Amino acid sequence: MSTRQTILPLEFRRVVYEADGTRLLHDIDLTLAGGRRTVILGPNGAGKSLLLRLAHGLLAPSSGDIVWRGAGTRERVIRRQAMVFQRPVMLRRSALGNLTHALKVRGVPRDEGRERARAALAMAGLSDLAHRPARLMSGGEQQRLALARAWATEPEILFLDEPTASLDPAATRAVETLIGGFHAAGTTVVMSTHDLGQARRIADDVLFLHKGRVVEFGAADRFFEHPSSAEARAFVAGELLW
Amino acid sequence: MNTLGQAIAEAGTLLAGFDADLLEIIGLSLRVSLTAVLIACVIGFPLGAAVALFKFPGRGAVSLLLNTFMGLPPVVVGLLVFLMLSRAGPLGVLGLLFTPTAMIIAQALLVTPIVAALTRQIVADLWREYGEHLHSLDASPTARLGTLIYDARFSLATAVLAGFGRAIAEVGAVMIVGGNIDHATRVMTTAIALETSKGNLATALALGFVLLTIALVVNAVVELVNGWAGRKAALA
Repeated sequence: MSTRQTILPLEFRRVVYEADGTRLLHDIDLTLAGGRRTVILGPNGAGKSLLLRLAHGLLAPSSGDIVWRGAGTRERVIRRQAMVFQRPVMLRRSALGNLTHALKVRGVPRDEGRERARAALAMAGLSDLAHRPARLMSGGEQQRLALARAWATEPEILFLDEPTASLDPAATRAVETLIGGFHAAGTTVVMSTHDLGQARRIADDVLFLHKGRVVEFGAADRFFEHPSSAEARAFVAGELLW
Repeated sequence: MNTLGQAIAEAGTLLAGFDADLLEIIGLSLRVSLTAVLIACVIGFPLGAAVALFKFPGRGAVSLLLNTFMGLPPVVVGLLVFLMLSRAGPLGVLGLLFTPTAMIIAQALLVTPIVAALTRQIVADLWREYGEHLHSLDASPTARLGTLIYDARFSLATAVLAGFGRAIAEVGAVMIVGGNIDHATRVMTTAIALETSKGNLATALALGFVLLTIALVVNAVVELVNGWAGRKAALA
């Protein structure tokens, strides 16, 4: 997957996001490099989802720039990304239909699309459910299907917005395994969570947000062992932040 | 009550006897209204979906107009089409006045806003759910429209039925532009109006029951197909 020219790194330059006159993200400066698993940590309302949506291009910043410094046209940059949401968006189609739809939209020829869709379902352990209506699947199966759908589009970078927030431990584990599969295949992973345990299991780097500001950004080990800010220390210690 | 009982009996006789005139009237009713609904869908689905999906200047006004036009009085539409198609009108050369085609045009004008307005609402609701995913996939505007209309197909059946109900039941427009000519432009509703004015209340009521039965059958068929296919695709 990483043999082609990369679109990374992704750089935020003094990015501000405001809604209805309220500043929700303040002067974000950061660079996301390729191949890493970056976990965005922070309490609810810190701006984690906003940051992901800005990075993926679902929202436009109020000011500042979001720059893909690698090679590529606008279309190529967009199509080398995928995003999985907390509540997976399931089309009113079969599991397989959800995948073939995504590939058709991306212009993959029909036969190749079916093949890639089946391979992705197999990767997610969903082959037996290929013809099950997606919306009748369990929450865990739906999230795995969303990951399979992302996988089928062969992204270079995958954004995940609290993908396991409403799942039980077994389903969470399955999802984390799939995320590991993306990483192993060379995909850059950027994921938000408020689950510290999950962050410890997954993160190479931690980006800690609080009240719309980047408080810390660096290697996960160092963040968990020696958080440098008072907010991060409190968060890692399990104290409530607001 | 006597009239009612008589009407029910006559309706039974009419239907059971496969009266040739009655079958002709039913056939024309269905042909005119179904064609009008088909045209309304071809225009109304993409129009409603586009208003739901795309931001453009005047979008609010279009939406307001569509909702308002859902309640267009059939006689007014009939009159407008009459003026357009009459000899002196701008489309008079086509010679369409008092033909089934004129009736189809009038009913299509009545039904299109209904289909478009309901489609707008249904697609807007689905867009709220699908929007981020389709945006994330970088789907083209056409792909977005197609996906939403296809996935909303079971809800859209309700919009089609609402449009069909309007078309098959209206009398004002087809009366004006069709003229209720026997063996040419007579449909169920104009026949009922005629029989009523002639004082044949039982026959008029009987025709009314036939009309209701047709509507019932059409709705039941759509309901059945929807239930069966809906379970397959899980619109739930």
